[in-house]
Amino acid sequence: MDLVLSEDQELIAKTAGDFVKQKSPIARVRQLRDTNDPVGFSRALWKEMAELGWVGIAFPESVGGAGLGFAELAVVMEELGRTLAPEPFLSTVLLAGQALLLSGDAGKAAAWLPRVCKGEAILALAQQEARSRYDLAAVETRAEKAGAGYRISGEKIQVLDGHVADAFVVAARTAGGPRDAKGITLFLVPKGAAGLTLTRQARLDGRNAALVRFDGVGVGADAALGALDAGHELLASAVDRATVGLCAEMLGGMQQAFALTVEHLKTRIQFGVPIGSFQALKHRAANVFIELELAKSAVMAAARAVDDAEPDLAKLVSLAKARCADAYVLAANEGVQMFGGVGMTDEYDIGFYMKRARAAELTFGDAAFHRARWAALSGY
Amino acid sequence: MSDLESFRSETRAWLEANCPPALRGKGGSELEGVWGGRKWDWSGLPDQKRWLERCAERGFSAPTWPRAYGGGGLAPEQAKVLAEEMRRLKAPPPLIGFGLTMIGPTLLAFGNEEQKQEHLPRITRGEIRWCQGYSEPGAGSDLAGLQTRATGDGDHYVINGTKVWTSYANYADWIFALVRTDPNAKKQEGITFLLIDMDTPGVSVRPIKLISGSSPFCETHFENVRVPKKNVVHKVNAGWTVAKALLGHERTMVAEAFGSGGGAGGKRGTLGERAKHHLGSENGRLADPVFRDQLAQLEMDTRAFGLTMQRAKDAARAGHQPGAESSIFKVYGTEVNMRRQELLVRIAGPQGLGWEGPGFDPEELATTRDWLRSRGNSIEGGTSEVQRNVIAKRVLGLPD
Repeated sequence: MDLVLSEDQELIAKTAGDFVKQKSPIARVRQLRDTNDPVGFSRALWKEMAELGWVGIAFPESVGGAGLGFAELAVVMEELGRTLAPEPFLSTVLLAGQALLLSGDAGKAAAWLPRVCKGEAILALAQQEARSRYDLAAVETRAEKAGAGYRISGEKIQVLDGHVADAFVVAARTAGGPRDAKGITLFLVPKGAAGLTLTRQARLDGRNAALVRFDGVGVGADAALGALDAGHELLASAVDRATVGLCAEMLGGMQQAFALTVEHLKTRIQFGVPIGSFQALKHRAANVFIELELAKSAVMAAARAVDDAEPDLAKLVSLAKARCADAYVLAANEGVQMFGGVGMTDEYDIGFYMKRARAAELTFGDAAFHRARWAALSGY
Repeated sequence: MSDLESFRSETRAWLEANCPPALRGKGGSELEGVWGGRKWDWSGLPDQKRWLERCAERGFSAPTWPRAYGGGGLAPEQAKVLAEEMRRLKAPPPLIGFGLTMIGPTLLAFGNEEQKQEHLPRITRGEIRWCQGYSEPGAGSDLAGLQTRATGDGDHYVINGTKVWTSYANYADWIFALVRTDPNAKKQEGITFLLIDMDTPGVSVRPIKLISGSSPFCETHFENVRVPKKNVVHKVNAGWTVAKALLGHERTMVAEAFGSGGGAGGKRGTLGERAKHHLGSENGRLADPVFRDQLAQLEMDTRAFGLTMQRAKDAARAGHQPGAESSIFKVYGTEVNMRRQELLVRIAGPQGLGWEGPGFDPEELATTRDWLRSRGNSIEGGTSEVQRNVIAKRVLGLPD
C-alpha cells in the first residue's frame, strides 16, 4: 500500500473540505441541538452529499455506488469530522450498509443499496445492548422460530440514527448462550413493523441515536441476512469497516480541535505576551501534534488495508482505533485546558470536540479494548 | 517487461551471483556492521570484504549517489527495488557509517567538485571512516555557542578547541567539524564547516566511558592543528546552513535505527515470545495481563511510527516536499526505543540486574546494557526538548 493521497483523492479532499466550510460549519450542529431538531441532521444536505457521490463512494457500481474504496471514503469522513457533521454515514453507509454488502445477499443489496447511494434511504444497525459493551458476541435479543419465520424480542440501545431509519439490521440470537459467538443471526427489519418501538436518546455529543425495542416482531425466514447462526463474523467485519470510517471522522475532529487550540495559543495574550510563547504549552502542543501525525498514518493504513483485503486488517483497525481514541481525547482535553476558563463554556466550540472525542472513544472499543485485541491477534 | 521489472531481474541475478553465501540470511542483527576505514580490522571477515568490493564496484554501497562519485546512480524507485531484493536474500548492507549517511549527502548538496571527487568515492569503497565534530563541552543544545577557533594563516586555518560526543572518533580517519571563523559576528554567522584529517599533528582523541560500560563516544582535542582552507565546505562563515542540513540527515538516521525495531526480541523471537519466556503463559497467552497491555501499547506505537516513516517516504517518491510528519521522527523514534528498552528490562525482572559474569545469559546482560545506553537516545542528535521546540516553532508557528 502507498500511504500518500493520489491526485484524485486530493481532489476529493479539497471538494469535501470546501463543502464543509461553506455548508456545514459547526454552528449548524449547535443549532440542531439548540432547536431540538426532530431529525437531528439535514436531509437536504444528505441528498447533496449523495449527489456529489460521497454516500456511495465505497459501494460497487452494481448497487449504484462509485466503485471507489475506503481510502476515498476516509478522505470524505475526515473532512466531515472537522465540523462534526451529523449526517448518517456511520449508520447507513458503514454499519448497516456494509453488513448488507458483505452478506452476499444480492436481493437485499439490490433492494436497499441503490436507494442508500441516492440519499433516499437511511439504515441502522441494531446491535448494542445494555450488557454488551464492546463484545459483538454478547447478544441477548432472541429470534425464536414461529411458523415459517421468526419472532424477535429484546432491546437495543444507542442505535445510531435509529429514530429515522427506514430499515434495521438486527443482531438476534437464534442459538447458543448469551455470549456465544455462534448462534447469532442478522435480520433485516423494515420500519413500522408491528411490535417495533423507537425512542430517541440524547447523547452528550449530539450524535443521533435511539432505543429500539422488539416485542415479538414477526419476520419471514427470508428476512435473515447471511447464513443462519453465523452472523457474528458478518457483524465483526461490518463493525471493523465502520471503525475505520469512525477513525477517519475522528482524525478530522482532532485536527480541527488542535487547529482551534493552536490559533488560541497565538492570539491569547497574558502577562503581555501570546501564551503560545510559553515553553510549558509549546511542548504540550508538540506532543499533541506528534500523536495526530501517528493517528493519521494509522488511519490511512487501515483504510487501504480494507481496500487491499490485507491479512492483518483486524490489527490495523485496532491500531487505528486505539490511536485515534487516545489522540482525540488528548487533543480535546489539552484544548480545553489551553483555552482556560472560556474552554469550559458552552459558547466556545472546543467543548463540542471534547464531548465527541469521548463519545467516539467509547464507540466500537476504547484504546484498552483494542490493545487487548491486538495482543490476542499477536498470540500473546 | 517494464524498465523497473528488468532492473529487478538484473539486480536479483547480480545479487545471486555476487552475495557471498555465508552472509545470506544474516542481514538482521546477527552480524556487526562494516564501518570500514584505514583502521578497520578485516581479519576474519573475508566474505564481508569481498561483498563490499563487489558492491562498491557496482555502485551498490551508495545506490543513489551519482556514478561519477562511486555511487549507483539509481532512481529512488530503483533503490527501493534493490533494498527489497537485498531483504529477500537477507543480505547485510555492505557498508554502514557516517560517511554514507551524513557527510556524503552533505557534500553532494554543498561540496565543490574537487571535494566530491576526493571524498565520495573513498567513502563508497569503505576506505575512509568519518566522525562528526559538533558538540563541545560548553555547547550542547546551544550548538551555535561553539568556541573551537579557526584562525587564518596563509592558505591554512589553525584550529584550537575541544569537541565532545564525537562518536567513534578513535576509529575515524577524518572528521567534519564546525569551527568559529568569526568571533565577532552573531553566533550563527561566524561558523564554518570544515573537513579535517585526523592524522594531522595536534589532533588527539580520548574515549569516554558511559554508564552502560561501553565507549562509543570520545572527546577530541585540537591543538594548533593546521588545515588547508580548501577543506571548507560551502562558504566561510556559512557553516550553520550546512550544519542544519546535516542534522536533518542525522535525525532521520537515528529515527530509522531506533524506530524500526518493531517485534524484535532478539534470539528469543518476538517481544511476545520473550515476555512469555520470563513471565510464563497460560493457555498460550502471556500470563500477566498488565505486561500484555504494555507490550501491546509498545508494539502499536512502534507500528504507527513505522507507518509514519513509510508515509514520509511514499510522499517523497510521489514528488511531495517533506511534510510536517518528518519533524516527529527523531523525538518519537528515540522515545519509543527507550520505552522498549525499559519494558524489556522490567520483563526480565531480577534477571535484568546483571552486569557481567555467571548467573546471567548473554541476552539478559545485553538487555541491561542496551537499556542503559538507550537513555542517551533522547539527548544525542538534538534533545527531545530541542525537538519539541523545533516542532512548536517551525511546524506549529508558535511565537518565540
